[in-house]
Amino acid sequence: MEQSDIFNEMLAADGTPRAPYRQLADWFETQSPSVMRKKSREAETIFRRLGITFAVYGTAEATERLIPFDIIPRILSASEWRRLSAGIDQRVRALNAFLHDIYHRQEIIRAGRIPADLVIQNEAFLPEMIGFTPPRRVYAHIIGTDLVRVNEEDFYVLEDNTRTPSGVSYMLENRETMMRMFPELFQQNRVAPIEHYPELLRETLESVAPPHCDSEPTVCVLTPGIFNSAYFEHAFLADSMGVELCEARDLFVEGGKVFMRTTRAPEQVHVIYRRIDDAFLDPLTFRPDSMLGVPGLFDAYRAGNVTICNAPGTGIADDKAIYAYVPDIIEFYTGQKPILKNVPTWNCAKPEELAHVLAHLPELVVKEVHGSGGYGMLIGPTASKRELAEFTRRLKARPGNYIAQPTLALSACPTHVASGLAPRHVDLRPYVLVGDKVRITPGGLTRVALKKGSLVVNSSQGGGTKDTWVLED
Amino acid sequence: MLGRTAASLFWTSRYNERAENMARLLEVGYRIAMTPRLGQDAADDWRSTLVSAGCESRFFAKHDEINKRAVMLHMLFDPDNPSSVRSCIEAARNNARSVRTAITGEMWESINTTYIEFMEVRPQHMSDDRLPDFLSWIKQRSMLYRGALLGTLMRNEGYHFSQFGTFIERADNTARILDVKYWILLPDNEMIGGSLDRYQWSTILRSVSAHRSYRHAYRDAHIRPFNVAQFLILRKEMPRSLAYCYDWIEESAEALAQRYGEHPPSHEMATATAALLGKGTMGEIFQEGLHEFLTDMITRNNALGTQLAEDYHFA
Repeated sequence: MEQSDIFNEMLAADGTPRAPYRQLADWFETQSPSVMRKKSREAETIFRRLGITFAVYGTAEATERLIPFDIIPRILSASEWRRLSAGIDQRVRALNAFLHDIYHRQEIIRAGRIPADLVIQNEAFLPEMIGFTPPRRVYAHIIGTDLVRVNEEDFYVLEDNTRTPSGVSYMLENRETMMRMFPELFQQNRVAPIEHYPELLRETLESVAPPHCDSEPTVCVLTPGIFNSAYFEHAFLADSMGVELCEARDLFVEGGKVFMRTTRAPEQVHVIYRRIDDAFLDPLTFRPDSMLGVPGLFDAYRAGNVTICNAPGTGIADDKAIYAYVPDIIEFYTGQKPILKNVPTWNCAKPEELAHVLAHLPELVVKEVHGSGGYGMLIGPTASKRELAEFTRRLKARPGNYIAQPTLALSACPTHVASGLAPRHVDLRPYVLVGDKVRITPGGLTRVALKKGSLVVNSSQGGGTKDTWVLED
Repeated sequence: MLGRTAASLFWTSRYNERAENMARLLEVGYRIAMTPRLGQDAADDWRSTLVSAGCESRFFAKHDEINKRAVMLHMLFDPDNPSSVRSCIEAARNNARSVRTAITGEMWESINTTYIEFMEVRPQHMSDDRLPDFLSWIKQRSMLYRGALLGTLMRNEGYHFSQFGTFIERADNTARILDVKYWILLPDNEMIGGSLDRYQWSTILRSVSAHRSYRHAYRDAHIRPFNVAQFLILRKEMPRSLAYCYDWIEESAEALAQRYGEHPPSHEMATATAALLGKGTMGEIFQEGLHEFLTDMITRNNALGTQLAEDYHFA
């Protein structure tokens, strides 16, 4: 991809800063390179001391690692954000309507807008959810919509992350760190605050408590434990909401209700923000072989005595094969045209689409339908001959396991490197809460590919993060 | 509060306290090693250090004989020794990590930084000249955590479970130190006390950082074993005495009983032991036997820990 095809979010074609970045560019001019390098190291110390780490699976040493933090913020103007958030709002409403529909009357299938097999045969479709309606008909309460930008106008949605999106603690800690290190920047720029996210999360969770819960609802966060890669975030969210952080062994079900084991009498739980997968929620329903989970939890859920957020079975809405149909889903349930773009997607399960993919492999990105975290994907333009041959073999062997998309020209943001600032590719994950209403926190988490030219922003693949600003008018 | 949270708070404080005590015992061990031999085998002193630290049997499971460096490595760095400073810091930090929501940011930062910095220390580089600084660093880090706890933690049930952890561990440590050398504290000794004994008495005081405060508490030119025993067992102004520890334990037991509106068996046990220490006199204790008294204290103290776990669903 030619450098000139890439949209630089800071600099216009003529080399002058774009409007949202003007203040920042002026400020950076006045900073000495050695001070910036020092600040960059300082940031790392802060993160390590606070214990903001994630675990990398499959490495023997250091189970806890830092995600590199870049001290140059990514900036969006108020009008850019308005358009983005309208698009996200539309999308999450449509996806929740879709989830309700496929677990009830399946109108969208009857209308022939989406193939029945794709839904019913999908691994992420949970027959146990059929006919059950969660409070306020909300299935996906906490969503992280992955977006990339390709030019001044266009944002594409890459993934909807309707299961248990992570990273929101980085969004919040990145901001805290920036405010601690560069207070002057926040005086010069009117940056929309994000620190109230935990309050919004708690409001959202309380708003979907079981309808006959007549007391103040008790909320808890359910974590797999301290060895989970996102444990820091689980603890952070529970702490900042002021609710208990539970492991499965802290919970039990009695008389169809869920209780926490406390130092005194058991305490009933009404809403569980779970950060564990469907399969590990309840061994009685999902994995009889598993010792993990809370036996009887799913029955308590179906009896309407506890709300599980996100609902079991929401994974179907961010399935990579369903993804191609999201524009249809939006039109079907909202009657509107989608505001955000979808990346054209070839479903390799279809022979004619597979043929196209195989013929154009060096130009495409190939992803596993159920993969995540940037593992097991092929980036055609940068792949070696061997990798291409390997993926050709895999695609032919299990076509249904893959989708393919064109390689997008991800926008680039200035990033602090040894020689000063250099453009690096970024994506954006805004965090959306759906309960009694839709709450979107301005900005989100910007992930940045720190390697020059790299398009992979995942932290497990050497990506970093940036503070993300939405400027107020 | 989750039972698991209470347990982790209890153990975080307990391990934090133990790390500090281990460092102090080693400090005293090194001091003895630097003092001219008083007609006694150096290995015996190190053995006392290991026994006071409760590490003796585990040490001999790995080593055939005692030497200074082996004891130091075992007590500071050995991951197989559950009471080594390394194990204590790691256990304290893991417990703190699992209850991040129940402790303050300051508490977490202090224990996490201790852990990170301790893990960067290479045991093979720990030479005799660096050791004093390192031991005093360990004590300071432990006190920093305790200071963060006292200065920032809400006075709710979590605070009381933390207090139990600290003071049950401290009482155990003090009782053990006394019991290892109880015979030199017997009144008979006072009459015949030679320089060796005097030296041993002051060592006991140093093991609990009390050699200065003793001077203020007892305005007597000589250290007297009767006073040493009294100071560490019954005097409430001495913050590592059994009586002091049980004052706090009783207070926390009472506070939880008030809060929860019930008096579980652990409350009764705490009150009984506190009363014993509050009303007892050294005369009675010596009459019944100092060793017997200390053994009884260690047993009561352990039983209290077990009962707390049961009463408040630590499992």
